[in-house]
Amino acid sequence: MKANCWMGKKRLEVQDVPDPKILNARDAIVRITSTAICGSDLHLYNGFIPTMEKGDILGHEFMGEVVETGPAVKNLKVGDRVVVPFPIACGACSMCQRDLFSLCENSNPNAWIAEKLMGHSPAGLFGYSHMLGGYAGGQAEYARVPFADVGPLKISNGLSDDQVLFLSDILPTGYMGAEMCNIQPGDVIAVWGCGPVGQFAIASAKMLGAERIIGIDRFPYRLRMAAEKAGATETINYEQESVLERLLELTAGRGPDACIDAVGMEAHGHAAVYAYDRAKQALMLETDRPIALREAITACRSGGTVSVIGVYGGFIDKFPMGALMNKSLTIRTGQTHVQRYMRPLLERIERGEIDPSFVITHHMSLSEAPRGFDMFLHKRDNCEKVVLTA
Amino acid sequence: MTTATRPDLTVGQKHNGSRTRISADEWNAPSEQRRQGPLSDPTRMARALGWFSIGLGLAEIAAPRRMARMIGVDDDNTHRNFLLAYGLREIAAGVAILAADRPTGAVWARVGGDVMDLAFLGQSLSSNPSGRSRAAAATAAVLGVTALDVLTGRRLAQGIDWRGERGTAPRPSGAVHVQESITVGRPPEEVYRFWRDFEHLPEFMEHLESVRVLDERRSHWRARAPAGSSVEWDAEIVDDRPNELVSWRSVSDADVPNMGTVRFVRAPGDRGTEIHVELRYDPPGGKAGALVAKLFGEEPGQQVKGDLRRLKQVLETGEVVHSDASVHRGMHPAQPSASGTERSHR
Ligand SMILES: NC(=O)c1ccc[n+]([C@@H]2O[C@H](COP(=O)([O-])OP(=O)(O)OC[C@H]3O[C@@H](n4cnc5c(N)ncnc54)[C@H](O)[C@@H]3O)[C@@H](O)[C@H]2O)c1
Ligand SMILES: [Zn+2]
Ligand SMILES: [Zn+2]
Repeated sequence: MKANCWMGKKRLEVQDVPDPKILNARDAIVRITSTAICGSDLHLYNGFIPTMEKGDILGHEFMGEVVETGPAVKNLKVGDRVVVPFPIACGACSMCQRDLFSLCENSNPNAWIAEKLMGHSPAGLFGYSHMLGGYAGGQAEYARVPFADVGPLKISNGLSDDQVLFLSDILPTGYMGAEMCNIQPGDVIAVWGCGPVGQFAIASAKMLGAERIIGIDRFPYRLRMAAEKAGATETINYEQESVLERLLELTAGRGPDACIDAVGMEAHGHAAVYAYDRAKQALMLETDRPIALREAITACRSGGTVSVIGVYGGFIDKFPMGALMNKSLTIRTGQTHVQRYMRPLLERIERGEIDPSFVITHHMSLSEAPRGFDMFLHKRDNCEKVVLTA
Repeated sequence: MTTATRPDLTVGQKHNGSRTRISADEWNAPSEQRRQGPLSDPTRMARALGWFSIGLGLAEIAAPRRMARMIGVDDDNTHRNFLLAYGLREIAAGVAILAADRPTGAVWARVGGDVMDLAFLGQSLSSNPSGRSRAAAATAAVLGVTALDVLTGRRLAQGIDWRGERGTAPRPSGAVHVQESITVGRPPEEVYRFWRDFEHLPEFMEHLESVRVLDERRSHWRARAPAGSSVEWDAEIVDDRPNELVSWRSVSDADVPNMGTVRFVRAPGDRGTEIHVELRYDPPGGKAGALVAKLFGEEPGQQVKGDLRRLKQVLETGEVVHSDASVHRGMHPAQPSASGTERSHR
């Protein structure tokens, strides 16, 4: 089959590789019909996530048709149309039992590597380094889906791939980002990053009843999408105005009740700060550039919540712990527990409360994946989200 | 192995045949390199930086005015207070570096301090034109020190023995002692029953090929070793308390004398069972010794931890969980393998 393989930093190749096989009794094989490129893939592409190997198949946002099931899979049959959640979760361990699926204790065969770095290992993820399992990803024609009796969501209602594909990751991620803000009547929510994840965080904050939602980015087309499609009531272009001043002004000095970081470890920023973090990152003195996170903590109102859904991989520098502590802030974060949100969000899509396909700007074939990555990375051609089809 | 010439870098005691925690870098470095001067020795360099910190800190505290003039920043109250604060910080960093057994963290603190210095000097560079050249010189000096700090910090960090596993204590006698544990979401009765049937063990113990139960007390164990060979021994149960504990040891003529105990403890609040494993074995000399070293690898603790993780997978999900890369031996891209499972856990 064809698959999009990581061949080194900023080097991808669509190669012919062996077809996946059933390895465990609870596996299924899925023929992929749609698969997307995620902001998280850019961290791999740019070489910021350790333990990648030449030839690794990328991709963790995919859906398709079941073509084979292992002997222990009773809930799916050949021909079923399914969306696959990006964290691999067993459904039985103590984390899965608490609905913390992205922390599954049994799905990462390389847990020991992650334990050395983080103390404990999160779940295995599709196409996301060896430290997180060494699972082949879903930017391919077929994928092996472990624990197919737990994760995949059956779609049987005639909704299109474009409408349900993002249940695999970014819609639940944006939703969890907003849910972690514990939104109360009158709340003002600020969202750093108007990539696809930020768009869904904005749309979800709206669904959860936020009074006002402020989208922050530097690309006018992304800010426009946030205002026109996602439901932002205001937007801030951080290259044109001071985010902190503007937020104070918009909230009459209170600061946003909750701040969502939908940017993550590769944030961009004003010259001096950006250069400082770039330099430290290059020298390996920090692995992540926490520019948006620092700003979110400083901006957040006293007693407010900072919800971090942007991905961080390692260590950060100049973390404003003093602000966090003295303002009694709450930080909530995590890889998304996708399995927890898929069904309720599918119901919202069915009821017409949200149509996630609004973020898609480009469709391409799988063999054009490298071009799609380059375009998405450089935000060329007003690129917001690329969907690859078989 | 060659003996280490820097006792301050070895954490474990070094005895013939016992396990020590020397960094991979150190094992691999030619011996001359290990005897070079302070700049090539990160620990000594760290110490030198420590003294530099203290000296600088004392100067900043004792004579902030002169210090300010010397480095070319405004001699006003704000700048003096800054210098005082920096002085205290430098001393703290210096003391931490000198006191630390392994000063990595403290050196990183110095790097942070350097960056503060740079920012501060950078500011004075733009606000006081007459002091510019002196400030530029000071900046260059601090930049130089920053470079040293960075180098030292990175060397020390690389020297950290990431592979020094928890739970494996070096034994002067040469015996290896391993202690590991895991929590499994099943009741002790079930976990005990599963383990007590020794024929189950190869399902999750990577190197164990088979266990044949001979009678109530005795069993025959066979473990895979490199190059198609294997190690075998007979073991007998020395203690068996249902749902609580099983203890065994190899019988007298085993190639690799070994003993082990596994305890099953009900975990608090419905969390299932805590499994605590303790193993001890005597790696023999000669060929058998080499085989055993390969078998348990550099880190027997890691091996046992991995086995326990697989046991948890078996008990909680029904079988050992594979990823595409885990079915191959060695590093391999995360792709489906052409031949299916190359590595079998059975
Ligand atoms: N928690 C999870 O489980 C999860 C799941 C999916 C994605 N993510 C993460 O979410 C993040 C965003 O993903 P995406 O697909 O939207 O990526 P993206 O690259 O399209 O979006 C990031 C956006 O942040 C903007 N940005 C950069 N620096 C900024 C700053 N200082 N202030 C404000 N905005 C800034 C960029 O201009 C860009 O529009 C990534 O880190 C990704 O890894 C997390
Ligand atoms: Zn994603
Ligand atoms: Zn689990």
